[in-house]
Amino acid sequence: MRSDWLLVIGLEVHCELKTTTKLFCGCPNMFGDEPNTNVCPNCLGLPGSLPVLNQRAVELAMAIGTALHCDIRASTFHRKNYFYPDQAKDYQISQYDEPLNVDGYLDLPDGFRVGIERAHMEEDTGKTTHAGASGRIHGADYSLVDYNRSGVPLVEIVSEPDMRTPDQARAYVTELRAILVASGASDGKMEEGSMRVDANVSVRRSVDDPFGTRCEIKNLNSVRSLGRAIEYEAERQIALIESGERVVQQTRHWDESAGRTQALRSKEDAYDYRYFLEPDLVPLVPDAEWIRAVADTLGMMPAERRSRLVSLLDDAGGATEAQLLQVATVVDLGLDDLVVEAVAAGVGTGLALARTANEAATDAEAARHLDPKSYVALLTLEMQGSLSATQAKAVLAELFARGGGDPATIARDKGFEAMSEDSLAETVADAIAAHPDEWSRFCGGDDKLAGFFTGLVMKATRGQANGKAVAAELRRLRG
Amino acid sequence: MTAPRPALETAAMVRAGELSAVDVLEHHLAVIEAGEEAVHAFNLVTADQARAQARAVDATVAAGGDPGPLAGVPVALKDNLCTRGIPTTCSSRILEGWEPPYDATVVTRLAAAGAVAIGKTNMDEFAMGSSTETSAFGTTRNPHDTDRVPGGSSGGSAAAVAAGFAPLALGSDTGGSIRQPAALCGVVGMKPTYGTVSRYGLVAFASSLDQIGPFAGSVADAALLFDAIGGHDPLDSTSLNRPTPRVLTVLDDGVDGMTVGILTELLDGAAPDVAARVHQAAEALAAAGARVEEVSVPEVTLGLSAYYLIAPGEASSNLARYDGVRYGLRVDAEDTVAMNTATRSQGFGAEVKRRIMLGTYVLSAGYMDAYYNQALRVRTRIIEGFDTAYSRCDVLLGPTTPTTAFAIGAKVDDPLTMYLSDVCTIPSNLAGHPAISVPYGPGEDGLPVGVQLLGPALSEGTLFQVAAVVEGAAPPLAAPRVTTGGPA
Repeated sequence: MRSDWLLVIGLEVHCELKTTTKLFCGCPNMFGDEPNTNVCPNCLGLPGSLPVLNQRAVELAMAIGTALHCDIRASTFHRKNYFYPDQAKDYQISQYDEPLNVDGYLDLPDGFRVGIERAHMEEDTGKTTHAGASGRIHGADYSLVDYNRSGVPLVEIVSEPDMRTPDQARAYVTELRAILVASGASDGKMEEGSMRVDANVSVRRSVDDPFGTRCEIKNLNSVRSLGRAIEYEAERQIALIESGERVVQQTRHWDESAGRTQALRSKEDAYDYRYFLEPDLVPLVPDAEWIRAVADTLGMMPAERRSRLVSLLDDAGGATEAQLLQVATVVDLGLDDLVVEAVAAGVGTGLALARTANEAATDAEAARHLDPKSYVALLTLEMQGSLSATQAKAVLAELFARGGGDPATIARDKGFEAMSEDSLAETVADAIAAHPDEWSRFCGGDDKLAGFFTGLVMKATRGQANGKAVAAELRRLRG
Repeated sequence: MTAPRPALETAAMVRAGELSAVDVLEHHLAVIEAGEEAVHAFNLVTADQARAQARAVDATVAAGGDPGPLAGVPVALKDNLCTRGIPTTCSSRILEGWEPPYDATVVTRLAAAGAVAIGKTNMDEFAMGSSTETSAFGTTRNPHDTDRVPGGSSGGSAAAVAAGFAPLALGSDTGGSIRQPAALCGVVGMKPTYGTVSRYGLVAFASSLDQIGPFAGSVADAALLFDAIGGHDPLDSTSLNRPTPRVLTVLDDGVDGMTVGILTELLDGAAPDVAARVHQAAEALAAAGARVEEVSVPEVTLGLSAYYLIAPGEASSNLARYDGVRYGLRVDAEDTVAMNTATRSQGFGAEVKRRIMLGTYVLSAGYMDAYYNQALRVRTRIIEGFDTAYSRCDVLLGPTTPTTAFAIGAKVDDPLTMYLSDVCTIPSNLAGHPAISVPYGPGEDGLPVGVQLLGPALSEGTLFQVAAVVEGAAPPLAAPRVTTGGPA
């Protein structure tokens, strides 16, 4: 973006809660089932049906509020009235002027703080598929509605307009997603729509200017499209203003393939939702004990988990840039407990982090299900020199394939039995005897030849010798 | 002609094996056969399903079991109560032919108590009206004079009990829709405390006001039915978490030492013959040992205005779902919005459309605070006004309706005059309080007059207690002309 313009970004993130059942009925909350199979009188909006609030959904919403440092308070539900075929009752039950979570914040990994205005509960709509060339409602031949998603619990997290760059917006969504996953509230799958992002974007020339007229961008299905859409929208608004026109407050649709935003509707023809208090529900008033119980069950959040690893690195002499990236990867994949346990068992922090970020990360799902004891035992064998790095990787792959097991046994099965010291010494002695010139040069101080001898030993043992042990033996013999 | 057998007696005899539920049912089906053409109380008589239920009741008794407190008693159901596999229309074209896949909680509870559901009764469309004239399926006629309205919206249920089609019926009361037709048809009708009877399966009109309640030929039978349907239901979040009420046991407790307040504001608009009956009822209560005094609750005069902002507001949202997409009527058109519009234009009658438009308006941006929110503030004031009165009085007394039954067609083209029919009953709905209408002799025209007893929240026991005394002192009322019923 041009340097004489400043960008203001606020994000609204809808996340589906990972409950067993829907927000106001007992239907399964399942993605991908046969259409209209997870439905009942309530989520179909049949006459006479009434909503009953799902307690687990409230707890997950409070967990999000806790993780985002919100004030959790007494709240109410309203009806948001608008006609749409996938809205079973033609109104949505949503929290309005008294949301459950207010006034929180989220710290980006670089320390930048984004305010959280609110995180409120609401129900999801069904899903409409428009059959026809456009795939949009206009010009569709017919439309099909699947109500399986109708009534699925959502929390909408509304940030303050605090972000100033597309990178911050991307970092915010990435960090928020990590928090939602870590709190157990959501699976955070943008591609399945369980996390949906709308961006409010405006531009101004100076920090002293008031915020410009904003546009809301919808249909952002990935962190990448979020960044692209914000950049496009900023340029569009700047071009408008510089050509003497005004930005019109609008809702705009991001077209991923065309790489542009298109107007959906402007403020003038925005719906009048006629919000009023939902008379079929009573106020939701969580008491202090309940709020505390939810907070107590909340695990560590990503920021805390990252700093836990960084402090381990600090204890071991400080973190490199590469290691900080490894920390981010390991925490993002939820594998940080493996590192912490390995270090606690005496494995070097660098080794534990590197193996986890580079090897365990290749199959994070399997790694998360692995018994940490097996993983720690494997890293211990490698650290002690009983297994080479190559062997350790092969054993890890086998642990994943088997879903666990004893690394020593697997190593033995693979023929990775560490060589005894005697047989290693014998092989080294053979190599020296076969290359007396090189040996005398090595003894004269040509350290490069250590690699030469190690290679000979490796060749002779078909890779089973431990490189460190060979080096130690060479040094011992040189005296 | 002999009086119909009370439901209490029927249930006792069926439970004792002295009377067959099937015979009781066949008797009532015969009464319906004879009188329904003149009255049109029902949208649907469910004879086959009722026979199956009655046979099951008899089989339970034969096997030595107890079918329950309503054993073999036919009950008519207002057609806004969901009945599994049985059409539930709300007397609207838009729901014509719709068969709910589930039973309302009250329907389930009736079945569990051994009752026999005999049919679905006519009503004002979506319970919006005071005469059943807004029904899409024709007007119900008052069994006492078939040129007169039965009242509404639960006019079919009131007429069914008055005509002896069923000893008991259920209705719903949003602004007086049980008590007003009960008064006009000369039967007992009661609106419970909001949250006492589950609304699950009651097709909503105005959710914060709707409450299901009993119709019966006597206070005792109304108590029997109320006891069977009340109590907490986890399927209704506004259902009060309290034990199932037991009012049947207090009916003989009398009014000695109670204070009864004559609510003067309710008498202001009442016809002289109706007002005279209220004063007679008050004298009867005084004679039975109650202290009677006049009480003013000025806030209740604001009730009608507040009601016609709150109820349409909620209704405009509750009735949005009838859009032609999922069930009921669909009128095809070129796109979805046009289909929605065509369906709703054809499917709803004039009164329903009027209230949807009114309700949409009062909830609109820029108007909400002046109308809807103002009405909510009035609602709070009415509750405060009642609270003051109930600090001095156990119950309040007044007319149920300003007049006796009016002629069919007299008010149907004048909505504001029609709305005034509910002026005496609306305050209890706004407050969420219980109230009961008890027949108290004829008016000057020989048609039934109802007096109304109002009490604070959860005072059902006291209300039934006082109602029994009022009933015992009531002047006799001529039997309905169309009635051909008697004991089975």
